[in-house]
Amino acid sequence: MKTANRSILRSVAGRGGERSPSAASVGRREAWARRLPLLPAFVYIFLVTQIPFVLTIYYSFFSWNLLKPGSFRFAGLENYASLLTNESIRIAVWNTVLLTLCVIVISVVLGLGVATILNNEVFGKGLMRTLMIAPFLIMPTAGALIWKDTLLNPLFGLIPYLLSPFGLGRVDWVNQFPMVSVVAVEVWRWTPFMMLIILAGLQSQNPEVLEAARVDGANAIQQFRRITLPLVRPFIELGALLGSLFVVQTFDSIFMLTYGGPGEDTTNIPFLLYLVAFQGFSIGQASAIGVVAVIITTIVATFALRTLFSIFQIEARR
Amino acid sequence: MGDRKLRAGIVVLLTALVGSACSGAGGGGGGSTTTITLAAVDNPQMADLKKLIDNFTSAHSNIQVKIVTLPEDQLRQQVTQDVAANSGRYDLFTIGTYEVPLWAKKGWIEDLSPYIAKDSSYDASDLIPGIKTALSYKNDLYAVPFYGESSMLMYRKDMLSAAGVTMPDHPTWDQVAAAAKAVNSSSVNGICLRGLPGWGEQLAPLTTVVNTFGGRWFDQNWNPQLTSPQWHDALSFYVNLLKSAGEPGAGNAGFTECLNAYNNGKVAMWYDATVGASNFTGAAATNSGYAYAPTKVKDWSGWLWAWSLGMPSSSKKKDAAWTFADWATSKDYIKLVGTKLGWAHVPPGTRTSTYSLPEYQQAAGGFAQVTLQSIAHADVTHATVDQVPYIGIQYVDIDEFQQLGDQVSQEFAKVIAGGQSVDAALQKANALAAAVGKNYQH
Repeated sequence: MKTANRSILRSVAGRGGERSPSAASVGRREAWARRLPLLPAFVYIFLVTQIPFVLTIYYSFFSWNLLKPGSFRFAGLENYASLLTNESIRIAVWNTVLLTLCVIVISVVLGLGVATILNNEVFGKGLMRTLMIAPFLIMPTAGALIWKDTLLNPLFGLIPYLLSPFGLGRVDWVNQFPMVSVVAVEVWRWTPFMMLIILAGLQSQNPEVLEAARVDGANAIQQFRRITLPLVRPFIELGALLGSLFVVQTFDSIFMLTYGGPGEDTTNIPFLLYLVAFQGFSIGQASAIGVVAVIITTIVATFALRTLFSIFQIEARR
Repeated sequence: MGDRKLRAGIVVLLTALVGSACSGAGGGGGGSTTTITLAAVDNPQMADLKKLIDNFTSAHSNIQVKIVTLPEDQLRQQVTQDVAANSGRYDLFTIGTYEVPLWAKKGWIEDLSPYIAKDSSYDASDLIPGIKTALSYKNDLYAVPFYGESSMLMYRKDMLSAAGVTMPDHPTWDQVAAAAKAVNSSSVNGICLRGLPGWGEQLAPLTTVVNTFGGRWFDQNWNPQLTSPQWHDALSFYVNLLKSAGEPGAGNAGFTECLNAYNNGKVAMWYDATVGASNFTGAAATNSGYAYAPTKVKDWSGWLWAWSLGMPSSSKKKDAAWTFADWATSKDYIKLVGTKLGWAHVPPGTRTSTYSLPEYQQAAGGFAQVTLQSIAHADVTHATVDQVPYIGIQYVDIDEFQQLGDQVSQEFAKVIAGGQSVDAALQKANALAAAVGKNYQH
């Protein structure tokens, strides 16, 4: 399995250099023969992703409220200009950044910890690993609902009950500490993801290197800092970037848990977009927010993909 | 080689999936039967309608009815998109008193009075007057009521008398607050009031409090009035009552949460929709008293809401759609529900005649009269002390109110959670309302 994967990667990485100029026409035909069956899929993906996007850009230059027939008119950059002045947008951007940073940092730290434990020979490792992955497999909406109603509810929730000896029995977490609650749910969801990626990194490290370090007299902390950490660094980067790509788009847990409130305390960009589009029905304004959100996500994605490819290249070179 | 086979396999699989999905979308229709689609709100009365649908189709074999049930928020989004885009996906939908005048004005829904005129047995004069006014535009009915409600105070007689409190039929808010504080203890809270953000949740009871305190959303020139002393007093009163004798976690409490708390004996009083009483069980059902919506300055402060059947102008099967709407809102349907499902299931608040049925009077006992009188006295055109340029009791009947109400109620939720002061919230709310009011100042 592993060798097969490597050979694919090698052939992907090694493409291009192999062809000689004399075989160019044969190569082109071969390339087309390879592409042709994929073409329908490509056209399909192109149509269903790019046409809506182009339409979104188009609408973002118009003032259009669905509730007001005849309100459709060209507005130029008005929608974008109002993004700069609107306080709700500023709050939403700040909330998005805060949420993403907190979730990624905490879940990477926890994920690294759990992965390190699971990388050793501990009792019940298989069961533990399965249990650790579970939060990531539970539907986000269902997960958030369980958190809200059975865990955090101030009347009959498990967490207030467990915290009652410390005088925190009747704390209304969702309303009094909304951002903490959302971060907690998202960390719970994303820690397994980080753990999986980092665990893959840990398991790919050569035990002989660690053994050599031990022979040289390095203690556990030194081994971790000087050898393990640099080795899994690209995996942590990948996890963090892929994770932030998704956490930036967090919607489900906010919708279920706080509905963006109280006030605008947990309204992030996607949720604001939802409110503007489906509560206010301002299509133009919502499109402008959407376009900006796509640009931000694309920037993050570019970094993510670059890291991804650098890992593959390292793998392929081995 | 193995890879190539795998890839080919995936392509075949995907093509098959896409193909089957496409073929699934087509088909249906045709023949002499007409299929109408009803987008309905997810409530117990609609669930009953679904159960009784065979009674309709057996009498009208040429009409098939497809009911799409959605929660309130999603229903509103779906239906709004459908009519605004004129897509004609639905032939009927349940809309409220908020939508009817707005959509009638835009020509999105059909004037039903010509259809009603064709059926001599429909008896539109039997519809409760307040409801009829709320569903009319320029004196024509644009939707027919399926279920109607006002708001009232529900209380546990045993708990109040144990605390030595008697509740008058027409209480004032001060009396209610005093009673709530008197019964409030470590095991039972005095009153449940909605704190859950949303214009249809927290703002509904709160706006009726504001109305009776003498406040209003806008003055005659569409200037926002949320920084007025009346709003300040009303919001402070509401928040303080919640803090001193309300349910814990009020920021998450909506209709359902309060109903559960009341049914479980966790709260002694509950100010909410009249329909709440139909869902009582156990001690809550046998020991409850009912009083009219509490007042301060203005009397009859109860709200008005009716889930009604409206017909989009884009429907291509209007006659079939009316046949169904006629059946579902007729006197006979009410009797059908009573005999087949039990008289407690009867959709309340639509027809005066319902309240003279002896079986219904027996089943709805204590709250039938309060419900009927509250609805009859709820006037969407005169809900406030001072004159206003809008209609609506617990809402302002303008397009922007859904968003405005949601945002404002979020600010109030923050006050309830202790995150900001009453004045800070009202300042923000006033600014939000000012932006909306500008659209109407010419």
